[in-house]
Amino acid sequence: MRQPVSEQDWSIAPAASIATAVAEGSVRARTVVAATLDRIGRVDPAVNAFTQVLAERALARADRLDTARDRGERLGCLAGVPFAAKNLFDIAGLPTRAGSRINRERAPAERDATLIARLEDAGAILVGALNMGEYAYDFTGENIHDGNTRNPHDLGRMSGGSSGGSGGAVAAGLVPLALASDTNGSIRVPSAFCGCFGLKPTYGRLSRAGSFPFVGSLDHLGPMGRSVEDLALAYEAMQGPDPADPVVTGRAPDPVRAGLDAGVADLRIAVAGGYFARGADADALGAVAALAGALSCTCTIEIPQAARARASAYLITAAEGAALHLDRLRTRASEFDPAVRDRLIAGAMLPAPFVERAQRFRRWYRAAVLDLFREVDIILAPCTPCRAPLSGETTLVLDGVAVPMRANIGLFTQPISFIGLPVVAAPVWLDDGLPLGVQIIAAPWREDLALRVARHLERAGFVRAPVANLA
Amino acid sequence: MTNPPEDPAFDPDTYAEAVAGLLALPIDPAWMPSIAANLRVLHAAADLVGAFPLPDEAEVAPVFSA
Repeated sequence: MRQPVSEQDWSIAPAASIATAVAEGSVRARTVVAATLDRIGRVDPAVNAFTQVLAERALARADRLDTARDRGERLGCLAGVPFAAKNLFDIAGLPTRAGSRINRERAPAERDATLIARLEDAGAILVGALNMGEYAYDFTGENIHDGNTRNPHDLGRMSGGSSGGSGGAVAAGLVPLALASDTNGSIRVPSAFCGCFGLKPTYGRLSRAGSFPFVGSLDHLGPMGRSVEDLALAYEAMQGPDPADPVVTGRAPDPVRAGLDAGVADLRIAVAGGYFARGADADALGAVAALAGALSCTCTIEIPQAARARASAYLITAAEGAALHLDRLRTRASEFDPAVRDRLIAGAMLPAPFVERAQRFRRWYRAAVLDLFREVDIILAPCTPCRAPLSGETTLVLDGVAVPMRANIGLFTQPISFIGLPVVAAPVWLDDGLPLGVQIIAAPWREDLALRVARHLERAGFVRAPVANLA
Repeated sequence: MTNPPEDPAFDPDTYAEAVAGLLALPIDPAWMPSIAANLRVLHAAADLVGAFPLPDEAEVAPVFSA
């Protein structure tokens, strides 16, 4: 519900409300951007979501937008909406640091990444670059070079990674939309820990051109936000072919907003059992059960060989990530985060047949999971095995066994992104404590269905992404 | 990944030392415990994937197209 203009705090308004108000002329884009920059200045020192704030660029763009409206030009569907991008997205004039120290010496990017350009073509306004785990090899939101992004809902806890700045900025109400990447869970994990919505589209749906890669076989880009409508707005604006990304689809763009409120009565929905019902604490499973109950879902389905899918994603990630960074590991190893460096070095040493086998298994697994989608339209699974851990924790207790934290936060996300399925991460608040996330998983190219389910749950009050109470 | 059981047939320190030469990767001895731990995890993952029978016709899913 929109507040009267005089009472509206534009710095924390939804993207859809801002775009409508700017297009109507009830608020100037400059007013929205100035309020956003002011809030970032006041709140971000506690959260550490931003690595660069682009005040001059953002205000100049807002002025151009206001001038265009004054001339009677039609504005785009994201007119005046501030957004920020994980700092692995190219931003013209800045070196693309990808969470690293080494990349700060790169030449400044000559142009914006495709997805930034597409959001700005729709009227959105980039206000800054966001913190992330080094080279995206991270689930914690911790960064030894730029400092950790803190969880806005509890500053002593992890934001989740590697898109920790994206989750932190959205949950702290610094921007209504953020761009992020997800190779093994890096949109879905911070969405869960920070209580945001996140969309990891089908592999190949959105262009990755102009983003610093991690694992080409598994890299996805997508939006994070505080409402399903805002995700849908951004997702629609970013679709389309792009010859600069070799895996992006030639399919026609998928308009999702028109069907967003179609409900769920025609959908066959199941909860992932087996692997996805073990290795999580009671709260993580309780969040899934809460949404299953809300959807009157009593069906459980087993995703076959999920543990092997995860192991395969782990091997491919280690090997491809290491190959990408091999020259830097040879010459500048001491400048990496040691935790990232040692995983990459081990990955560089993997025998090729192990990696080839994992890629072949991927083919088998994809076929097996696609068979499941003959029986169901949507599968629900936890995003993470627990709520956001305390910052600095290095072990996680799963089924009574202490396991390494960094490697295990992605237990439930890796088998899904391994074959590129589209997922909406939906935030669930079981009590007064921290949020949990549930993956709403659809068949390839059916982002529309995952968004519909998330929207239905949001309207019914079962999932929500409130601004953290910070200042 | 969970902490894998020790495999007496695999010595990650000796392996890492040998392969580092092939890769021309200089490795500080202080990094070895962590690298070895990561190699054990990767070894366990490879064992898990390798134990699954795949037909010879199961090719990798292609992503490159010219």
